[in-house]
Amino acid sequence: MLEFELNVNGERHSVRAEPRKLLSDVLREDCRLTGTHVGCEHGVCGACTVLIDGQPARACLLYAVQMQDHEITTIEAIAAGGRPGALQQALHEAHGLQCGFCTAGIVMTFEAYLKENPHPSEEEVRDVLSGNLCRCTGYQNIVAAILKAAHAKA
Amino acid sequence: MKPASFAYHRPRSLGEALALLAEHGAEAKPLAGGQSLGPMMNMRLAQPARLIDLNAIKGLDFLNETENAVEIGALTRHQTIASSSLVRAACPLLAEAAQSIGHYAIRARGTLGGSLAHADPAAQLPLVAATLGAEIAVAGPRGERRIAAQDFFVSLMTTVLEPDELIVSVGFPKAAPREAHAFVQFSRRRGDFAMAAVAVSVLLDVQKRIQRLRLGIGGVEDKPVVPTRLIEQSEGKVPEPAALAAAAREAVSPAENPRVPAVYRRELVEVLTRRALQKCLNSN
Ligand SMILES: Cc1cc2nc3c(=O)[nH]c(=O)nc-3n(C[C@H](O)[C@H](O)[C@H](O)COP(=O)(O)OP(=O)(O)OC[C@H]3O[C@@H](n4cnc5c(N)ncnc54)[C@H](O)[C@@H]3O)c2cc1C
Ligand code: FES
Ligand code: FES
Repeated sequence: MLEFELNVNGERHSVRAEPRKLLSDVLREDCRLTGTHVGCEHGVCGACTVLIDGQPARACLLYAVQMQDHEITTIEAIAAGGRPGALQQALHEAHGLQCGFCTAGIVMTFEAYLKENPHPSEEEVRDVLSGNLCRCTGYQNIVAAILKAAHAKA
Repeated sequence: MKPASFAYHRPRSLGEALALLAEHGAEAKPLAGGQSLGPMMNMRLAQPARLIDLNAIKGLDFLNETENAVEIGALTRHQTIASSSLVRAACPLLAEAAQSIGHYAIRARGTLGGSLAHADPAAQLPLVAATLGAEIAVAGPRGERRIAAQDFFVSLMTTVLEPDELIVSVGFPKAAPREAHAFVQFSRRRGDFAMAAVAVSVLLDVQKRIQRLRLGIGGVEDKPVVPTRLIEQSEGKVPEPAALAAAAREAVSPAENPRVPAVYRRELVEVLTRRALQKCLNSN
């Protein structure tokens, strides 16, 4: 067991965990932030995507112990104060989710991507979205929501 | 799917990392982006007793231009390579290939050194390194050595790297000003590893004849294929995409695979080679 601190959404969390404990599990079990979902645990589905120093990363492919000097941002930071963020609002309005299992990962992916490319084409949105699997929606409304959110920010 | 237990080390310098590798030998594994090692450990296909995390080492993450090459640090992320204006200008084939790796979040984390050391036969960066004749700088207890990419890859996920050695950087030769390039691949879904991939870079002389052709084929054999004879025979000739593509088809020996028959991979190699060459000629 190791003891270390993590900076998650601007708050310090003291963690006791083995080095092998995945960041996704530490976030959910130790930090009690269950908004980060776990699907495949091998990097494919994107459900666990969080931001590390602003960059998207699979939390299931990181060990929490690696993250001591980094800023971790999870979906809980996006609806700060209980108000949905612009992308969440657009997903709600465009019916961009059904069960919602994939949604947190998609929001985190595009929180990063829309900062890098605020006015993406549909083609670019679909390219980035290829890293997030959704088993419900068929993607059409997710794409519509992301374009809507990007448009609203314009 | 959780990884087996391991001890964790986070060296701050290359020297410290090399000392840890020398001390622990084959029971230790370097950890870079974790985008290949992570899945393998979660699936328990790899169970190293120790991980040497390279991410805190300063000076392994750089892009430098020299007279003839772009020298890139092993810890440089795929995304950095794909979006670097230096790489786009001096080595556009590499930038284009890096942009096509996996997905956005994978590119943000995965590294050049990790991709080369992992040596997946369908991976983009090993293919580009072999195609362009890149030089891989490796450090170990016996000092530094530079290895030509063609000699680096041995077979499926196997390289000449010793367990106590680390990739430090890679030198990619710069493209000539009028050189055209193309990177084309085929996979069933966006972001999947390619069933076949072709990298081409071609320089024509004033008479539109091939002055220099670089051609590599990935995903088809157990390591990137550079069809040297075909390349040498093409030099000095007017490029004919269909004929070169037919020759490329004959230059590969794909293994029979129940899901992807060898004849299908040969067909892909021909089609992709033709498309890649055509793309180069169109941009000239
Ligand atoms: C969903 C998904 C899709 C992907 N799609 C693609 C794709 O289409 N194309 C593609 O090419 N890749 C793909 N990848 C893999 C990705 O490109 C990895 O980043 C890359 O293969 C390994 O780089 P890494 O930095 O993550 O290495 P790690 O996973 O950290 O390490 C990989 C191996 O390299 C060794 N290693 C790492 N750095 C060094 C070094 N400096 N010196 C010596 N050994 C070292 C490690 O010990 C390990 O054996 C995908 C990954 C995922 C999860
Ligand atoms: S749970 Fe991490 S990518 Fe699927
Ligand atoms: S809404 Fe159910 S998986 Fe995407």
